[in-house]
Amino acid sequence: MLIVVLIFQLGVICEPLPNVVDMIGGMLLIVLGLTFFVIGLEQALFPLGESMAYAFARKGSLPWLLAFAFCLGFATTIAEPALIAVADKAAQVASGGGVIASTDQARQQYALGLRLTVALAVGVALVVGVMRIVRGWPLHWLMIVGYAIVMMITGFAPPEIIGIAYDSGGVTTSTITVPLVTALGVGLAHSIKGRNPVVDGFGLIAFASLTPMMFVMIYGMVSM
Amino acid sequence: MKLLWGLLGSLRDILPIAGTILVFQLWVIRRPLPNVYRLLRGLVFVIIGMALFLEGLEMALFPLGDLMAAQLTGPDFIPPQGAVMMDYLWVYLFAASLGFATTLAEPSLIAVALKAQEISGGAIHAWGLRLAVSVGVAFGIALGAYRIVSGGELFLFILSGYLVVLFQTFFAPSMIIGLAYDSGGVTTSTVTVPLVTALGLGLARSVPGRDVLLDGFGLIAFASLFPIMTVLGYAQVATLFSRMRG
Repeated sequence: MLIVVLIFQLGVICEPLPNVVDMIGGMLLIVLGLTFFVIGLEQALFPLGESMAYAFARKGSLPWLLAFAFCLGFATTIAEPALIAVADKAAQVASGGGVIASTDQARQQYALGLRLTVALAVGVALVVGVMRIVRGWPLHWLMIVGYAIVMMITGFAPPEIIGIAYDSGGVTTSTITVPLVTALGVGLAHSIKGRNPVVDGFGLIAFASLTPMMFVMIYGMVSM
Repeated sequence: MKLLWGLLGSLRDILPIAGTILVFQLWVIRRPLPNVYRLLRGLVFVIIGMALFLEGLEMALFPLGDLMAAQLTGPDFIPPQGAVMMDYLWVYLFAASLGFATTLAEPSLIAVALKAQEISGGAIHAWGLRLAVSVGVAFGIALGAYRIVSGGELFLFILSGYLVVLFQTFFAPSMIIGLAYDSGGVTTSTVTVPLVTALGLGLARSVPGRDVLLDGFGLIAFASLFPIMTVLGYAQVATLFSRMRG
């Protein structure tokens, strides 16, 4: 990635990078930050979260399983750094475009509201996804229905929110969410008889990328 | 001082996940925490890492994406009068190479690709799959950049994309479907997302007649959609080949 940027910057644009000190400092911070972040995740959250996902999948109590799935989806999404960054950007853009007041407080509120909405959406997605694995519903029919709903809501949503809503689906599922959610899905499919971990274990992430689109558009309709 | 606020913010962001795990572990599963010291140290690492990362994004990655978009659409590349779509060729090229390079190096994709190779009994090669996804992301981001430049309706692009995916789903081997649908969300990671977002916002800001609010977002949506297509397509071609051989 860095190489692509450098080639284009020096070879195509033919201009040296401005603010070299800031750029290099920022890049170092990013690399350092990500390293710490991932080491910390691997030491603290992943082993515990994965063993819990397996434990709940085996325990067989559906209400607890669903409650755990919801909390897992909600909490991992709140902690997702990419979403924090994008929500802040969205708030800046929205206040620049006059959709919300251009005060720090309004921006923070908007960004937080956006993140809570997405987190709620991911929580709901995992509940639906876990139900699907338990009951063995076919994935593609649920996805078709989901996309139909997305398209329907798009017709009613304010145009300013659509781009952010569509992006939020891909943004949410990243560093923290994917490993924990995959562990939940595959563990679940392993422990239920007649489920193939390959056919049924995957697909939770797909739900988690789908529902934020709906929820964020609804958030836009309500808040604007 | 700013970093201190960042640390406090990160602490607040990490609390829900830490709380979830603690509550469920202690109250529902009723097992003591293994290795409390390691757990605490890990959490401190996560919080420090998150604060540094977000600070670095603001310092380097966001300005960088902005700057590249502004320069590639600047007067050196685009004639001031009568710019046509093709004048933005460098923008598309940059968007595509960025998508390709970041995706090929994506750790979660490497893991998913190896898994796919394992479950398909070698009919799908890990490298072929990674290449397919990377091409998908590259094409997706380039097309998304084209949408920002041309000002087309986002939902029309995405809708037609989903129709293609739907059509492919009925012909793809069933074992790949879940994996393919997941790969869309997996590929857009923590580093790619901010840079691509900045590129989109910068592009919408510097192309005349575009509104940041209306046109700036949407690149990630493209980047999550096209890998589904290429992975489904790759699986179809791979099974076709193995059937022809057998």
